Amino acid sequence: MTAKQILNVALIGNPNTGKTSVFNQLTGLNQQVGNYPGITVEKKMGFCKLPYNFKANILDLPGTYSLNASSIDENVVIEMLLNKNDHLYPDVVLLVTDVENLKRNLLLFTQIKDLELPTILVINMADRMKSKGISLDIAFLEDQLKTKIALVSSRKGHGIEALKELIVNYKSLSTEPCLNASSIDPVYFDSLRKTFPNQLLYKLWLVITQDVNFLNLERNEIRSRHTRSHADLKRLQQKETIKRYQFINDVLKQGQTIDREKATDFRSRLDRVLTHRFWGYVIFFMILAVIFQSIFNWSKIPMDFIDTTFANLSNSAAQNMPPGVLTNLISQGIIPGIGGILIFIPQIAFLFMFISILEESGYMSRVVFLMDKIMRRFGLSGKSVVPLISGTACAIPAIMATRNIENWKERLITILVTPFTTCSARLPVYAIIIALVIPDQYVFGIVNLQGLTLMLLYLVGFTMAVFAAYVLNKILKIQSKTYFVVEMPNYKLPLFKNVFINVVEKTKAFVFGAGKIILSISIILWFLASNGSGENFNQAEKIVFEQHREKPLSNEEFSNAVASQKLENSYIGQMGKTIEPLISPLGYDWKIGIAVISSFAAREVFVGTLATIYSVGDTDSEDTIKDKMKAETNDETGEKVFSFATGISLLLFYAFAMQCASTLAITKKETNSWKWPAVQLVLMSGLAYIIALTAYQLLK
Amino acid sequence: MPTIAHLRKGEKATIDDFEVEEIPLKLLEMGCLPGNSVELIQIAPFGDPLYLNINGAYVSIRVETAQKIKIDRIQNPES
Repeated sequence: MTAKQILNVALIGNPNTGKTSVFNQLTGLNQQVGNYPGITVEKKMGFCKLPYNFKANILDLPGTYSLNASSIDENVVIEMLLNKNDHLYPDVVLLVTDVENLKRNLLLFTQIKDLELPTILVINMADRMKSKGISLDIAFLEDQLKTKIALVSSRKGHGIEALKELIVNYKSLSTEPCLNASSIDPVYFDSLRKTFPNQLLYKLWLVITQDVNFLNLERNEIRSRHTRSHADLKRLQQKETIKRYQFINDVLKQGQTIDREKATDFRSRLDRVLTHRFWGYVIFFMILAVIFQSIFNWSKIPMDFIDTTFANLSNSAAQNMPPGVLTNLISQGIIPGIGGILIFIPQIAFLFMFISILEESGYMSRVVFLMDKIMRRFGLSGKSVVPLISGTACAIPAIMATRNIENWKERLITILVTPFTTCSARLPVYAIIIALVIPDQYVFGIVNLQGLTLMLLYLVGFTMAVFAAYVLNKILKIQSKTYFVVEMPNYKLPLFKNVFINVVEKTKAFVFGAGKIILSISIILWFLASNGSGENFNQAEKIVFEQHREKPLSNEEFSNAVASQKLENSYIGQMGKTIEPLISPLGYDWKIGIAVISSFAAREVFVGTLATIYSVGDTDSEDTIKDKMKAETNDETGEKVFSFATGISLLLFYAFAMQCASTLAITKKETNSWKWPAVQLVLMSGLAYIIALTAYQLLK
Repeated sequence: MPTIAHLRKGEKATIDDFEVEEIPLKLLEMGCLPGNSVELIQIAPFGDPLYLNINGAYVSIRVETAQKIKIDRIQNPES
């Protein structure tokens, strides 16, 4: 066999066709998720073994309805297909369609065929044909569409082996277009053809109508010689679309029969309830409530387990290794730092799981439909609900998810207010403070007070997001054309495999991304906390000894007193003390101050920082961070540091403050200006300070 | 001339015409083209947006867009 042994395969298809399920079936966990260079579009690659020793690199391109791109995600698809020199340029395209939406899905297919690429038509969800009363004349369709068809069911794993056979035999696929789209304006296309005889006509047409780069061919050159007004071009695009649909309608009239009687009305019955003017909202809020209650309850056990394990690990490292700087670095810097990262995993995994289930099932579109009118009053779109809900996992993917909001003003407002929603990085902070200041009691027998507080914090976040949107909507003077088109997909039972892979990938990306920051900050903090300058630090033993000359301390008391004397006079202690006047009206001492400072890079650092600070103060105890925080008292007043007032003030501060460098970076990227991240930083943090101040002064 | 915004829940019609400039291309690609059928499936609470079946594709659009798409031959679901 002389043919290439490793093939490039690209998966292309409309959203909601199960394209990613097909990708998961082909590649399993052999996946890599990255970004396309320079932009934040997710790039999913996978590896797949084929029959006869062939292998394939499978590229899962972003879902698109056509090759007329209206977002950067869709642009990626066109640029990939136009650039023959790209090392991932496909040898074969798998065009994934949903058997129930074949007509609409085939539009994209006819466009890909015009690019003269070997294309396999993958008809997915074939297991539903019987229950939906659909039958297909495969031989006829293959002949008319000039392709090979693979009937698969990615949910059940049917047809995947046959698909792999087709991929290997890609050379036998026809590359002939299935219709002649240039007949919509023969004169125009003839002159185009004459000017660029070596170029594919449809490629030229795409370059003229889209904002994509086209190799060595200057777009301006093509455009200047063949100018058409914008309106003219759009009219031609409409003609092109009609032409393609005529062809598709004709083919399907003969190749597809649908017994309407059999099409069950499960969908419409479910829609009647889920989009009901009253029950629709009740169900939506009940789903949210269940999600938040369960995240808090389910992650409690694994989180406590991780917390205790790392406290023990730290302790045994300190005892079993020879004393010295290295041991201190490991037991006080690295181990608590890693613990501070791992403690996130349970909550993030549950959140991503729920979001992934809501999206997979098709329910998210119904929420968009239900919420659009309400959200518009606040200058948002129904589509803003998706970023606002995803924002409960992480603001970064949430801000990226605003891309499908077509209206720029609605999109900008959504980007600006999304960081108010309670992201998972706030959860560990909330969890530990709630556990400290809210009693673990039940009201009405079933509602846990701690869970209720957490839910209230989520509500506070959403409310502030919506209120800020309302204000921004009044202030910002941006005129942009509104339009709103949302596909309402069929309801599907979420597939365990898809949800699982999604959770694993997202959690991995988040933990490694945030983990690097958390671990390095933990080590820096350890260094700053165990080093200092000046007599108070270097002579700590002597000073403590002098102080207690009359009433000598026991060995243990003495070493604790030295440790806290050192901490107070270390570099970080000095930093904390410097800002103490600024934060003491909020109810924070200098130790909390250090945690707040270090949180400005990323909030999740808070717990890790406190862990590091309290470990430095006290090495040989097996107490968990929570116990240590509970035991903290103010040196002067003897009152508990984490009182109810301080706790609430901290919760509110973390609810509103912009403390995430990555979110600012993504806002800059998506809005293409430093102005908007600056607005976020100043307004959110200012607001947080004022509200936390007010709360503490009222409650203390 | 009636538009999609005039449909009542459950009614079907045929798309007649519209000004191309005013309709997003994405909607055309979903099958919103002259001659194709349209059915109003559901109206969201507070009267907007509309949930339609256009030529077999299920989409929701806002009333302001629906008002720009002219239709003819409204059929009652029962007739």
